[in-house]
Amino acid sequence: MARMKFICDAERCIECNGCVTACKAENNVPWGVNRRRVVTLNDGVVGEKSISVACMHCSDAPCMAVCPVNCFYRTDEGVVLHDKDVCIGCGYCSYACPFGAPQFPSNGEFGLRGKMDKCTFCAGGPEANGSEAENAKYGRNRLAEGKLPACAEMCSTKALLGGDGDVVAEIFRTRVLNRGKGSEVWGWGTAYGKPTQTSALTAPVKK
Amino acid sequence: MNARALGGTIVMAVALVACGEKPQTIDASSARKSDEPAWAVSNTAEPAFAAPGWKTTGDKAAWEQQIRQRGQAQNDYVR
Repeated sequence: MARMKFICDAERCIECNGCVTACKAENNVPWGVNRRRVVTLNDGVVGEKSISVACMHCSDAPCMAVCPVNCFYRTDEGVVLHDKDVCIGCGYCSYACPFGAPQFPSNGEFGLRGKMDKCTFCAGGPEANGSEAENAKYGRNRLAEGKLPACAEMCSTKALLGGDGDVVAEIFRTRVLNRGKGSEVWGWGTAYGKPTQTSALTAPVKK
Repeated sequence: MNARALGGTIVMAVALVACGEKPQTIDASSARKSDEPAWAVSNTAEPAFAAPGWKTTGDKAAWEQQIRQRGQAQNDYVR
């Protein structure tokens, strides 16, 4: 069973915002909403680190837990999605999410808060796969097209990896073993839980 | 019952209407829709945008294999 995950490699991210642009273009994300964004720590200082952040599709998603209308669901591949026809735009999920993933478009002169919008792992929503309704509400359903999220596939340095958790973890593991550093994946523990077994990654690499 | 008492009763009944409460439980009309799996064949899908060399057949194993294979395109060490 494929279980979809993102990993962002802080050693490779160059803060180009290509993932942000790819996401907005692929999913027709409106102004004021960023499903994905790049966060830089110690910006301008030697050794600054950037990571690309979006919905982490948590195994135990807090947004799903607090939603009063139960509009969230998790697919068999571990992608956390929601039904915009049920969402009431209350914003509880935004407060609950440790990654700031839920976004709310502002509509009208008074900035009325619209229905929540977030990263779908390019898996669309509860409408029919590839339908116009799905595209209009949630964006492109690339998974149904046999593709991976646009942000990860467009990443020029391949800092952002997305896809089957086993595959992306193995790609990242190979990198770390080759370069000998950078095994700390920010947000991993919060979103996916602590590792249940000791792996080669947790042990220091001997050169 | 005289007209005054009848009028008072009507006014009270109208005033108490606001005290009523609409049901707030989630019924079938407002419940979340079910989603079809990513590997399901959909009549509304646009095959023109499918990954090159791959076609949706409704086979879960084939779809997972496609996703894993596609994922390896992100691996610098196998290029």
